[in-house]
Formats: sequence, structure tokens, C-alpha cells
Amino acid sequence: MFFEKIRVLRSHGKQYIPDLDAVELTSEFRGRPVLTDTPSHADLEQAAAICPTGALSATPFALDLGRCLFCGECARQAPHNIHFTNDYRLGSPTRQGLVMRPGQTCVPFDPANIRPEVRKCFGRALQLREVSAGGDASVEMELGATGNVNFDLGRFGIGFTASPRHADGVVVSGPITANMAEALDICYEAVAEPKIVVACGTDACSGGLFADSRALDRSFFERHGVDLWLPGNPTHPMIFIDGIRTLLGHKKRG
Amino acid sequence: MNWLITENTGSCCALKDIPENSYAAFYDDLTTRLNDPRYHVAQYFALPDNNRLRFFCLLLDDATGQVLIASHALEYYDETALPSLTALHPALHAFERDIAERYGVQFDGMPWPKPLRFPFDRYDRGSTMDNYPFYSMKGGSLHEVNVGPIHAGIIEPGAFRFICNGERVLHLEIALGYQHRGIEHLVTATDNRLRQICLAEAIAGDSTIAHATAFAEAIEKLTGHERPAELERERTIALELERMAMQIADTGALSMDIGYQLGQVACEALRTMTINTTQAWCGNRFGKGVVRPHGTNHPLSPEKARMIRENVREIARRYDEVRHDLKSSPSLLARFEACGVVPREEMQRIGGVGQAARASGLVRDIRATHPWASFAKCLHHESIVKRQGDVMARLMIRSREVLQSAGYVDRLLELYEQKYGDGPTPCPTPDYTTPLAPSSLSFGLVEGWRGETCHVIITDTGGRIAAARIKDPSLHNWLALALAVRGEGISDFPICNKSFNLSYCGHDL
Repeated sequence: MFFEKIRVLRSHGKQYIPDLDAVELTSEFRGRPVLTDTPSHADLEQAAAICPTGALSATPFALDLGRCLFCGECARQAPHNIHFTNDYRLGSPTRQGLVMRPGQTCVPFDPANIRPEVRKCFGRALQLREVSAGGDASVEMELGATGNVNFDLGRFGIGFTASPRHADGVVVSGPITANMAEALDICYEAVAEPKIVVACGTDACSGGLFADSRALDRSFFERHGVDLWLPGNPTHPMIFIDGIRTLLGHKKRG
Repeated sequence: MNWLITENTGSCCALKDIPENSYAAFYDDLTTRLNDPRYHVAQYFALPDNNRLRFFCLLLDDATGQVLIASHALEYYDETALPSLTALHPALHAFERDIAERYGVQFDGMPWPKPLRFPFDRYDRGSTMDNYPFYSMKGGSLHEVNVGPIHAGIIEPGAFRFICNGERVLHLEIALGYQHRGIEHLVTATDNRLRQICLAEAIAGDSTIAHATAFAEAIEKLTGHERPAELERERTIALELERMAMQIADTGALSMDIGYQLGQVACEALRTMTINTTQAWCGNRFGKGVVRPHGTNHPLSPEKARMIRENVREIARRYDEVRHDLKSSPSLLARFEACGVVPREEMQRIGGVGQAARASGLVRDIRATHPWASFAKCLHHESIVKRQGDVMARLMIRSREVLQSAGYVDRLLELYEQKYGDGPTPCPTPDYTTPLAPSSLSFGLVEGWRGETCHVIITDTGGRIAAARIKDPSLHNWLALALAVRGEGISDFPICNKSFNLSYCGHDL
């Protein structure tokens, strides 16, 4: 009994990532795309036609990360125009900021777009209530992973809490199903002011694959402002960690 | 009573070849067959067909590996109540509830005529999440506990209503539907095959590979093109990696729920290693993008094959240490053993599938009984079975399956290295345009980590997808969870729940 535990501990070793700001994901990871305009848009038209969520527009040339599934199919159809880098710094304080255009080298994060009370109230500690409203469990599992032994988001005073009464904000995942809309509203109302809203995952940002479904009710986003939009299918823990820390002013982006 | 007999590796069937029987003959034959545990129903659904409602049933014969398909029909405006199959075989309750909810079909003698998932196109618009008809019980010493739809952790929504006597649970009723996104409808609403497979990947994010494989199988049967064995092997590697990742994750989650931190953190780290291996292969930690019809965008290279093989060996070695530790921890055994028991007979009656059924001694495993792709060719799967049916048995099934899957991945990659040690596999690129056979029924049947995943696709006269019927194993197993907690302390609910770890979105679609 005792030796088994020693053995597990020895193999486990140290797992935490000492410097989360220095993390670089595998080159296979599909993160921020780089768009290059070319005189002919023939490849792009084809890529736009096959895009599963209509995230890609050939004219004008733009790729909306809030609708993108990061399947990478467009980059194969139009390799001269689109290239996915492994940059996970995808969070944006505005929905428009997620629309990538040719020549852009980062997802912009202008502090002027952040409500002043966000950094003042939550800069040193932020507790969030996660609500899944039609999420497929992958975003939820990635959010759960932000607190695990590898990422250990808790070291920055950021975490998830069970009761909305203890929370400073709501993280929404999933496209918001009609059957879940009321529960989400009740949860949001239960969080004390001031509070933030984070839309996590492509499904939450735009409805994603389900945008046209009659089973959705996305009026929540019409009634409440969103402080942070985080794309991803699902949102990699590093996308979430980078986005939240940039929002809180722990780090800067170009 | 006639059935069309096919196999999991068979081709698609023309709709006109599927025998149509009278309901009386169908009822008699099916209720008799289901008395024998070798049979279970994989799918039973209704579809509008001109002025009629046509019902299709896929029956699996575990003894011979056959898939039996039959149908019966009802005039669309015929309001005759059909004698309920559920009354004799509760395993069919989810199917009959689905049919009743969508089309208003009445089932006579149905013991549980309740809504299933509140789909947007339901027959009775007055039936909503707010008025789900929970059972109640009267008695001075009884109380009810409601949990959900939002739960304490970062998980999906679903409502649990407990009726308790003190701490003891007398009854648990699970109301789902909060996650309903209308996936089946969206699959038919588009001709973009890439969009369709992406939808299949989103049915349940933790079973991405299982659902995408089932969907791709069904599509490939409809195009009639052969698949190279290399492609099948790569899908199997992805499927077994997914199984490993989730079984490890649940080992950790179970440890967490009893406050056993060492097991929890060791498994968290091992799960990270497993899904990062998948990410280093295809760019996504959940394998989204690996399975595409007729080909792959992520063919294995010798370097990737070596990387996966090394990682999987290391994961298996370290996980085996955790497994030994768990088995030798008395406080852990005290919580897990004899807790949340579902006996074999009960599991069979309610139609339990997958690892949960195997933990109760009921061998339901598509890999063994209805093998497809690599399982039909180079791997000969032997199911891991336990008899106890408690939380510990489900944990032990998980932990042994991790090692078994690691063995399969290693074996498949060894085959790969022998054959393509010097260059990439000659896997074709995906094909999104091949037309589908018109007026046909096709199915994909895959053993995901939770269990039997079944997709049925029906095409119209023009070869478009007219209907998709998707079944996640959770559809059957939610009832097993409800039965498992009966008689347990309510504080044991979390570990019972984790020991099943069922999908909400896979159920709600």
C-alpha cells in the first residue's frame, strides 16, 4: 500500500508548467490564422464554399474566428491565402475583434475596450461560475483542465466556483439552447454586481455549427454585454488562461 | 415476421428491401426474441414517409454478429394506440418515448409515458422543461432534493430529482433535454459533407472519434467505395486513444470525489499526456478533424507513429502503477465496493450497454460481437467483464481497458512501422463529394468508450440525407444510474454518477 503510493509519486514527478506565459503549443495546433491576399480569389471562393460554418468570406477576404471551427480545411483548399499558426492568443474584448483580415499579425486587445471596473475589481482575484448551455462537453473539460496540475490557474487567484453567489462573473459555453436559456438567466441574475460575462468557445461566440438551429435562444447575448470572447473548438486551456489574464491586465498584447 | 439480415461490415440496404410487417407480427416476434439476452435493440425510430409513419428497428444478435432490420408502418393520421413494447421490455423506453414525443404516437400500456428531450419540433408544444412531470411520493418522513440543471462542477446541465428517506435515496428521476441543439435536423438541412461530419464530431465532445467514426462508416456504406485498411487502422488508433483518455480522466474524477488526491492528480497528468499525444498528431486534443469520410487530413508519419507509441507505453506504465495503488487502498475500496450496484438481470432489462453493462456481467461490446474495420481484421477483441456491478467494478473495467487499448494502439503502430517505416501512409485525402446511394438505409455501429454508438442514415430518392438517427450509449445508461443510487446514501450519488459518466448532449442531441 505504501510502496505503491511512492511509486506513483516518483513517476508523477513535477507536472506544473512553471511559466505559463512562455508556453508554446505543438506546431500541429491550429490557432490564429494568417491571411495573405492574392490577386485571384479562386481558391478562396472554393474554401469559403466548403467552410462548415460560413466563417470564411472570400470577398472581402476575412475569417471570423468567432464562427471558425479550426478544422483547417480552408488552409488546405487555399494554401497561399490561409495558414493556421499555433498562436493561442485568440481572446478579444470585442466580437468584431475576432474577425481576422489579411496582414493582421495578432488578435487585437485594446484596453480601451475593457470596462474600467473589470481590472479594478477583479485584477487580483476572479471567481467564475461556468454555465454550459448546449456545450458538447469538450469546452467544459478544457475549462476544468485550467485548474489541473499542469495549468494550475489557481496560482493567479483565478478559479471556478460552484455558487453564482460567490462568483464575479459567468462563463458561457455552448450555443445557448432554448431549453437552457432560462436557467442561464437565473444564474446570471444570481451573480452580484459588478460582474463580467465570458463567451467561451466558438459555439458560444456565434452559435457555431448550430447558429441556424431552431433549438437555440441566444437572446442572452442581446441583453447582456460580453467582456471577453474566446474562440476555439474547444477552447484550449491556454486560450482561456491567456484571454482572462490579458483582460485582467496581467499581460499585454500588441 | 421477416427481417433483413446484414452485418456491421455489410453494405447499405435499399429501403424497398427492408421488410414491412404488421405491428402485431413485429410485436410478437420482437418481444419473444428479447427474452433471450443474445438480442438487443440498437435503434428503433419512426420517420414520416408520405402519408405514413414508418418505423424502423435495428436488432443486434450478439451470438452470430448479425444485424436484423425490419419495419412496420402506421397511417399518419391513424390515432390507434400501439401496444407498448416497453411494458414487457423496459430497454425500449427511450425509443418509444422519443417516437411519442416527436410524432404524438400513443403507446398503450406504456409504463413511463414521459418526455425524453424536449426537441424543438416536438408534437406537443405545451410540454416544456418547466412542467416535466416528476414522480412524487407521499409520506411524513420523505423529502425531495432537486439538483440541477446547473451542477456544482464545470459540467453539462441536467436535472436530478431525488426522493429520500433521511439520507437514503428511494428514487431518482433524471430529466434531460437542456442540451438539445437539434443536431439530427441540422445534418439533414445541409449538403455540405464537411459540415455534416463536423456536426457528428460535436454530438458529444468527449466521444468525438466514436461518433465521427460511426457517421463516416454510415456515409462510406452509402457511397459504396472501399476503405483502405490503413485508414481503418488510423481511426482505430484514434478511437483507442480517446478511450484511454476518458477512462483515465474518470479514474481521476472518481479519486477526486472521495478526496483521494494522489489518484486524482496522477490521472490528470496522464490524461493531459494522452490528449496532448492526440493533439501532436492532429492539432486537436479531442481528435476533432481526424475522422473524415474516405480519407484523412492527418496521415501518420514515421515520426508521429514513434511519438504516439512511446507516449502510450509510458502512459500505460504509469497508469498501471496508479491502478495497483487504487486496488491496494483500503479507504478507497471501502467507498467503492458494494456501492451503486446494478445487478446483471436489471442491466439487461433496461438495455444497458458498454462498459457499464460489462461491469454488471452483461457482455455488450460491439468490438467483440459485431466487429468492424480493424476489429474485424487484425485485432481480435476480448471484452473485459466484471460481475459485481458496483462502482469498483466500473472503475476496474476502466482501468483494465486503458491497458488493453494501449496494447491495441501499440500493436497497430507496430504493424504500421513494419509496413511504412520509411514514409507516410498512403492514406487518401477526404472525399466530400461522392454521391450517396438513393433510397437507402445505412448504419454505423461503433463501440466508443461509453459503449454502443449507432448512427442510422436514410437517403431520399435523390441521394440526399433525408434523416439521421443518432444514438449515444448514454440514452440507455442514464436509467442504470437512476437504479444504481436506489437505497444508497445521497452522498454517494457523486461517485455513482462519475462511475457511469454519461453524456448529456449525446442524449439530448
